Amino acid sequence: MRKVYLDNNATTQMAPEVISSMQQSLQLYGNASSMHEFGRDSHVAIEHARNQVARMIGADAGEIIFTSGGTESDNAVFALARDLIDNGSPRKRLITSTIEHPAIIETCRYLVKHGYRIDYVPVDSTGKIDMDRYRQLLGDDVLLVSIMAANNETGTIQDILQVTKLAHENGALMHTDAVQAIGKMDVDVKAWGVDYLSLSGHKFYGPKGVGALYVRSKAPFDAFVKGGHQEDGKRAGTYNTPAIVGMGRAAQLICDTGEQERAELWALRERLRNGLIANIPEVVVNGHASDCLPGTLNVSFAGAEGESILLMLDFEGVAVSTGSACATGSLEPSYVLLASGLDVELAHGSIRFSLGRYNTESDIDYVIEKMPPIIKRLREISTR
Amino acid sequence: MSNNTSVWVYTDTVKQHFMHPKNVWEDESYEADGVGLVGSLACGDQMKVGIKVEQDRIIDLKWQTYGCASAIASTSMMSEIAIGMTIEEAYRLTPAMITERLGGLPQHKFHCSVLGDKALRAAIDDFLEKQGRDNPYKKQVAKIICECKGITDQRIEELVKNKEATTIEQLREITGFGTVCGKCQFKVHQLFDEFKHIYNV
Repeated sequence: MRKVYLDNNATTQMAPEVISSMQQSLQLYGNASSMHEFGRDSHVAIEHARNQVARMIGADAGEIIFTSGGTESDNAVFALARDLIDNGSPRKRLITSTIEHPAIIETCRYLVKHGYRIDYVPVDSTGKIDMDRYRQLLGDDVLLVSIMAANNETGTIQDILQVTKLAHENGALMHTDAVQAIGKMDVDVKAWGVDYLSLSGHKFYGPKGVGALYVRSKAPFDAFVKGGHQEDGKRAGTYNTPAIVGMGRAAQLICDTGEQERAELWALRERLRNGLIANIPEVVVNGHASDCLPGTLNVSFAGAEGESILLMLDFEGVAVSTGSACATGSLEPSYVLLASGLDVELAHGSIRFSLGRYNTESDIDYVIEKMPPIIKRLREISTR
Repeated sequence: MSNNTSVWVYTDTVKQHFMHPKNVWEDESYEADGVGLVGSLACGDQMKVGIKVEQDRIIDLKWQTYGCASAIASTSMMSEIAIGMTIEEAYRLTPAMITERLGGLPQHKFHCSVLGDKALRAAIDDFLEKQGRDNPYKKQVAKIICECKGITDQRIEELVKNKEATTIEQLREITGFGTVCGKCQFKVHQLFDEFKHIYNV
């Protein structure tokens, strides 16, 4: 049976170039912190990867800290904020948005439970943060602002340049979770001016279990994972050489072909969007019409429930994800879509198609062919 | 995992009933003797059941469901179990009977299959009401949940359904459940959440 993978925002398949560079690095078993030749060989490979990752986001190599992934990077920044507050910072308030990834939402929930003050900027119906409200929330007591560069569910892109400018005008530190943005849009830490940026290897055709945190050279930072002196004392733990090498190679590929890839992805996404709208009645496209990641298409089908759509597509070999409650095991559908003011029923009937480097026009045409009968059938069965 | 043996979230029986549901209400001119509707689109699950009754036996049943795979499959399975039953037997049909015939459902999916038997009971209630008959089954199938205060599941259901108890505190105020031995606390909370989901309150 034909297989079409349209769940690239969940994770991507590793690029063949990445696999091959990792296979070679598997032989580098020396501990990169050791002084002998075995260690030095690993060290060289890791520093090469550091340069590749730094170049991809316009950073200096010394500003890249390797972590276990986006979740750890996010946690490290909030742990830092907590430390600064505990150590007597006069700024004791944090600002984030209602649509952040669980790595931030849950970390904030934990901090609030422990008495820390966090304000949430709401978003409009396109998933853009409310800038007026953001301006109101800023003040000289704000320590850190954390706003994601692009949302994983809707693909909506935030104006990080402006968000950072306003944060800095108010003397606050600025973090952005760019896990979904990497490789899909321009990410330049110097142009944005952010102090911290999280990224994750497996979202851009690299391996899982590895990520990075950008820390601007002059921004405060202290180790989140404590132990050995790796990463200049900023992140302990023996280096995962093959994973770091793989992520470096993935970053190199983004530098080489990223821009062209984005144009192709947007064309495929538009092909899918137009195909669905032309062949299925009552389709609602969620997220922002133009400020959207090129490969992300989030749509709702009235009268058809998301998990049922997902499973029927799975039988046809098509992999997608849904914001329906049933798929998550909770009674509430996607908090991201609800925060954007989407009708609850439409949130239950939402499907996220996330396209990637290895999708083709014929993949998209296959999905356009398979979708209409699935929605038609589910609507026939439905009570609506 | 690119083979047919990869593990699916549901049993083969669930898959069969999801992909090829039985007794779907597709003909809009279908004339049911009794119709029941439970759940809501906002909750993510809604079911409508129509029954034809002859000599107090369900001779035909049609249904519609908005919901996930287990909601669709469990309504389909319910329809197969219920057809041929007397209305009294059908009234006693439980979620456990449906899930057992489906070969089981994931734990968090149980609330979906609860709807099938509820919609069926609502259809039987409607049938009896239309006939102007007494409903002798309602009381018979009521289960005592709080023994100290003699509170049944149906009492809780009615209070939730009629929006008399929209919070667990209100429910406690009205019924006094759990105020004596406290043994029923967990069960009442569970039922309360379930009914809230079913009746969208």
